[in-house]
Amino acid sequence: MKRHLLSAADLSVDEVASILDLAEEMSAVQSRPVKKLPALRGRTVVNLFFEDSTRTRSSFELAGKWLSADVINISAKGSSVSKGESLRDTVLTVAAMGVDALVIRHMASGAPLQASQWVDAHVVNAGDGTHEHPTQALLDAYAMRRHFRAADPGFSWADKTVAVVGDLTHSRVARSNVLLLRTLGARVVLVAPPTLLPSGVDSWPAEVCTDLDPVVESADVLMMLRVQRERMSGGYFPTPREYTVGYGLTRDRLARMKPGAAIAHPGPMNRGLEISADAADSAASLVLDQVASGVAVRMSVLYHLLGGSDEDAAAGPSKGTTA
Amino acid sequence: MTHPTLLITGARLADGRRTDLLLAGGRLADPASAPAGVETLDADGLLALPGLVDLHTHLREPGREDAETVRTGTLAAARGGYTAVLAMANTNPVTDTAEAAEHVAALGRRDGAAQVVPVGAVTKGLAGEQLAELGLMARSSAAVRVFSDDGSCVHDSRLMRRALEYVRAFDGVVAQHAQDPRLAGPDACCHEGEVSGRLGLGGWPAVAESTVVARDVQLARLTRSRLHVCHVSTAETVEVLRWAKAQGIAVTAEVTPHHLLLTTDAVLGYDPVFKVNPPLRPDEHVQALRQGLADGTIDAVGTDHAPHARHDKEHAFADAAFGMLGLETALGVLVETMVEPGLLSWSDLVERMSATPARIAGLAEQGRPLAVGEPANLVLVDPTRRTIVDPADSFSLSRNNPYAGRELPDPVEATFWQGRPTFRR
Repeated sequence: MKRHLLSAADLSVDEVASILDLAEEMSAVQSRPVKKLPALRGRTVVNLFFEDSTRTRSSFELAGKWLSADVINISAKGSSVSKGESLRDTVLTVAAMGVDALVIRHMASGAPLQASQWVDAHVVNAGDGTHEHPTQALLDAYAMRRHFRAADPGFSWADKTVAVVGDLTHSRVARSNVLLLRTLGARVVLVAPPTLLPSGVDSWPAEVCTDLDPVVESADVLMMLRVQRERMSGGYFPTPREYTVGYGLTRDRLARMKPGAAIAHPGPMNRGLEISADAADSAASLVLDQVASGVAVRMSVLYHLLGGSDEDAAAGPSKGTTA
Repeated sequence: MTHPTLLITGARLADGRRTDLLLAGGRLADPASAPAGVETLDADGLLALPGLVDLHTHLREPGREDAETVRTGTLAAARGGYTAVLAMANTNPVTDTAEAAEHVAALGRRDGAAQVVPVGAVTKGLAGEQLAELGLMARSSAAVRVFSDDGSCVHDSRLMRRALEYVRAFDGVVAQHAQDPRLAGPDACCHEGEVSGRLGLGGWPAVAESTVVARDVQLARLTRSRLHVCHVSTAETVEVLRWAKAQGIAVTAEVTPHHLLLTTDAVLGYDPVFKVNPPLRPDEHVQALRQGLADGTIDAVGTDHAPHARHDKEHAFADAAFGMLGLETALGVLVETMVEPGLLSWSDLVERMSATPARIAGLAEQGRPLAVGEPANLVLVDPTRRTIVDPADSFSLSRNNPYAGRELPDPVEATFWQGRPTFRR
């Protein structure tokens, strides 16, 4: 595995399988009374969050703690520009404390990649601007895999269609999912009004459709993206009502879904807008599975980057290759 | 101030003629009149060209002397073969009054290694709301003729019309930074296309430039005024300019060296050194710009030399300052992209980098042919000299050099301004 996890494209199909398999084992540990594993004892993980995120941050925090790493959270909210400190100075200051892994969330695309060029620590992208969110794509894949395996333990991703619906332009979750699902071999269909399709989407490894209805009946998973409040006033579509009619997972569309198909949503949901309450709470919904798998998948990611070989451990903190 | 006497022997002019040049009293004199024992510079194998004129320089002084000063910026200019630079108005304070313009001109006289010509703001504080004192700047001792809100677009159509009309009284020219702020707003930092979509960077669509230029050329026709378009970056704008020139509209345009060489792919690693406004464009635009400069649709080269302190560039891409250095490498980039491929002759190059910019800016003592009686502003060029660009090897105070590590022509051997050497290799 590469030294950092910056993009879902950094992972080979075998590495994805390895991460998801280990996440299964980690998940089993979570049902024990004592959840802690000693795997990363003595290692230090810093969650460096330039943008608020309670869910992702606590998920990484628990992941590190359950692996016995020392975890600290640093909130660097507000742009470093306004504080007069450069991103490089902030990152170097944190890294200078002797950190093994930096989990970085930033409101600007590319910030974790830049940081990875300045420090020795392993860098995990916990969401950067409108670019990527690779661990979210991993946990989505984990939840989908569980769902597919429950019906058919020998299922193949190549037979599955995942539709990603909504604000693709501004979604880092969508970008990471497209890349990861391509690696896994699934068919991906992107659905959005033309105003919310990213420039150059035609060159992405996915099909593009501006009409949700034909897709509803053929998809094995409908992944509904959150519509951000600022898009509603940004002229991307006329009204929320019109968006729901065109692109929401309404009760009517729910009824037309393929038998056995699932519903995913990276959260938080706008019930009544991109997803109806019936859909959110239906048996087909993976939403809670996605959240539940977050910690196990992030444990697996941290272990893959930091755990591993004796050689690595012997090299001491911040040095050596990854397992 | 003394003007040394120097005999340059055996230089070739842009048209290929071999000649000696006698620099005396700040002007070119008849070489036959050279006194015995005069200091001589053997220029065998070198080209002698008129000193270059940059329509678009950010000197940062006053206000950001940590990034550049008039001294360091003009030393960089001299090293690039320039003998005059137009100093953009977006300093602190903004050059939007006669006093501010005279201050910049005075700094130039005191510290300049090249002629420093202040550009006046079009609107007060570059705010785009109210005309700056254009007439007072024109009447001042700085005699401002070029007005620009560069960094921001004069977006209000009525204000742009008034500015164009008003500067006609003193043969001024409005140099527009063409960027529709509704189509390319504060988040726009990457050419809108496949790369911006993939990297999740705010898109800066090509039409945000060309639609403003399309409006402005029609305003220039209506007002019978002179319009200059800064840093043309798109094929669409080249088309609009071609149309406007065919109509006889008084529009001129410049292109930067970096838009002639670098493409959007440079930002794939999110390195803010490549963050520039307007953004680097894909190759089809680069080719259209080269063609436009070759056929004269684009009149001139302007470097948009934009020094930035290191800490203003070491932010996330979206947060970092816009701009890159350009003065020292401009001629090398032009040789690489235009002369060596045969798109421009050396004589054409002199037009685009010296004579035409001087004419646009109304500089009588710049961009003149190298003939007896003319000002001794010239650059000696070794067309075969190449180098690996090293950002540390620079007169600029800043290091945001987008060509770092790239091999480029590095042709400037010596620069003379008013007969005095301002750079010698």
